[in-house]
Amino acid sequence: MAEIALKGVSKRFPDGFEAVKDMDLEISDGEFMILVGPSGCGKSTALRMIAGLEDITEGELRIGDRVVNQMAPKERDIAMVFQNYALYPHMSVRENMAFPLKLAGAPDDEITSKVEDAARILDLTAHLDRRPANLSGGQRQRVAMGRAIVRDPSAFLMDEPLSNLDAKLRVQMRTEVARLQNDLGTTTVYVTHDQTEAMTLGDRVAVMRAGLLQQVGTPAELYAEPDNLFVAGFIGSPAMNFMPAEIDGDVAKLPLGEVKLSDEAKARAASAERGHKVIAGIRPESFEDAAIVSGEVRDRGQTFKAKVDLVESMGSEQYAYFRLEGERASSAELDELAKDAGAEDLPGDGDQVVARIAAESGIKRGTDAELWVDTDRLHFFDAESGRSLKG
Amino acid sequence: MHRGTREYALWSIGMLVILAFALIPVLWIVALSFKTPATITDQQFFPAEFSFENYESLFTGGISESPFIRPLVNSLLIAVISTSIAIVLAAFAAYAIARLSFPGKALILAGALAIAMFPQISTIGPLFDMWRAIGIYDTYIGLIIPYLTFALPLAIYTLVAFFREIPWDLEQAAAVDGATPFQAFRKVIVPLAAPGVFTAAILVFIFCWNDFLFAISLTSSDASRTVPAALAFFTGDSQFTEPTGNIAAAAVLVTIPIIIFVLFFQRRIVAGLTAGAVKG
Repeated sequence: MAEIALKGVSKRFPDGFEAVKDMDLEISDGEFMILVGPSGCGKSTALRMIAGLEDITEGELRIGDRVVNQMAPKERDIAMVFQNYALYPHMSVRENMAFPLKLAGAPDDEITSKVEDAARILDLTAHLDRRPANLSGGQRQRVAMGRAIVRDPSAFLMDEPLSNLDAKLRVQMRTEVARLQNDLGTTTVYVTHDQTEAMTLGDRVAVMRAGLLQQVGTPAELYAEPDNLFVAGFIGSPAMNFMPAEIDGDVAKLPLGEVKLSDEAKARAASAERGHKVIAGIRPESFEDAAIVSGEVRDRGQTFKAKVDLVESMGSEQYAYFRLEGERASSAELDELAKDAGAEDLPGDGDQVVARIAAESGIKRGTDAELWVDTDRLHFFDAESGRSLKG
Repeated sequence: MHRGTREYALWSIGMLVILAFALIPVLWIVALSFKTPATITDQQFFPAEFSFENYESLFTGGISESPFIRPLVNSLLIAVISTSIAIVLAAFAAYAIARLSFPGKALILAGALAIAMFPQISTIGPLFDMWRAIGIYDTYIGLIIPYLTFALPLAIYTLVAFFREIPWDLEQAAAVDGATPFQAFRKVIVPLAAPGVFTAAILVFIFCWNDFLFAISLTSSDASRTVPAALAFFTGDSQFTEPTGNIAAAAVLVTIPIIIFVLFFQRRIVAGLTAGAVKG
């Protein structure tokens, strides 16, 4: 068990590309830390630097209290689970899991007992003598984890281990991974591009973008108090809605209408400068069908009318899509978020807004509906820097 | 794809034609090897009198006198030694080429290709002089060196292609599991590259076994003369008769080890050895 500390860690490739820029991160002993971000943000590179599979260009990496920059992977006492499992195809499951122990020169009976323990924990006992080629995806993934567990390392490093599984299996394995980490108490660094995994699995989540650490915090912190546009738009599904806004004293002028800012909302706009372009963010969960909202809740927010383009029913809730008049909110961060979601070239003028409304709401597509928005939950961001204005 | 009987018949005829074209010369030689010296020129495909005389005469005189046994041993030893050395060297070279990027890599590959395409006959004169000067003329090593020179490029290219197919992830997993690069190579990569290793081994062995050019030029006695060259020195019953029967018998005998070798290793070339290692 050990802490992992990155201080000013950077990775520059020979062609000049900086994959990780000056990263500071402290992971406590036994913590489940998630590195999340869009493709190409440097999270896998950071993980591989911790593992020792990539050289660290600048900065210091500590595992436990040793500086491990120059140490080979096998000396760092870490175990890694790869995205593609990387099982040895010519060895049986038992031999795959025994391989690291054999290399370390452990006595045979110790190897057998450790392998059988791990197989029991992961429910692989029946498959010990089969070859990886004959196993299903979920079983192979468990073998990869078994190979990591038998070493009883100081830390687990997992590189998108669930991304190759189908959706239902992914949900199931997610709980298994969480349970395993809880039972074993080993420090774990987990890389994923799926923000749902990040939110459900991690003790703390580190959001990365283009090699830079955007924000580190618990899932709740990242959801409720994002530091910048990118984190706000990345965390939460469906994503936060963004629209241009103008702050005038007590009032925020949004495409939805003029909103009187409550104390809480004013605190979020604390560092707004007069005349600066501002982007307002509202999560889909902050909306509701005005007809359903009860009286006391209604006072917390404001109603407005909108023409609903589409209503999606999930069974447990519905999502209403509508458009706002006026220019689109634009910034570099929003463009990158759109690119990551594959939505950069979508047609249409004005912003499309998603609102989550209750399943019992009767709002129909194509109609003019009255919606309510919780104005306490407005977020404000500086349009140029993308930073949140909460001061 | 439902083949009608007419199409099936045409395919069968086509295949029979090709098989006949390929195998009739071989059958002819086999038939020749069983004919007595008197009936060699009787222009019959099948031997009128079936006899093992040709085979027996190859082995009369034991290892010291027989024109065939010593060359056969030479062929076997030289081919096996050359193949072993070539495979080991090519495996190391191919691994480096497939995995590392180093200055001169493209040059090495181009150089290997150039050597393989070089006309072997043009090296005979110089080699003859050099080997006699150095003193390795008519020795095993005198043949092994040119064999390695011309077989290595082939082996390297084959193995590079196979090593490239093996996912890089496996070595990284082995590194994290605690293997040194050599352990990773020995325990993970080589078993997975086995199909490539056996393919390269077959190709190198056949090249060495069948070679006539170097064998006839760089040897002068049975000390290291291999079978293809030895066949040229067979004598018939008298000064005027061609030893056709003996040559045919020797040719048949010389083909058998190759067939066994290929059949043995062909079974080892199992595709899909890496199935299940990585996803996708």
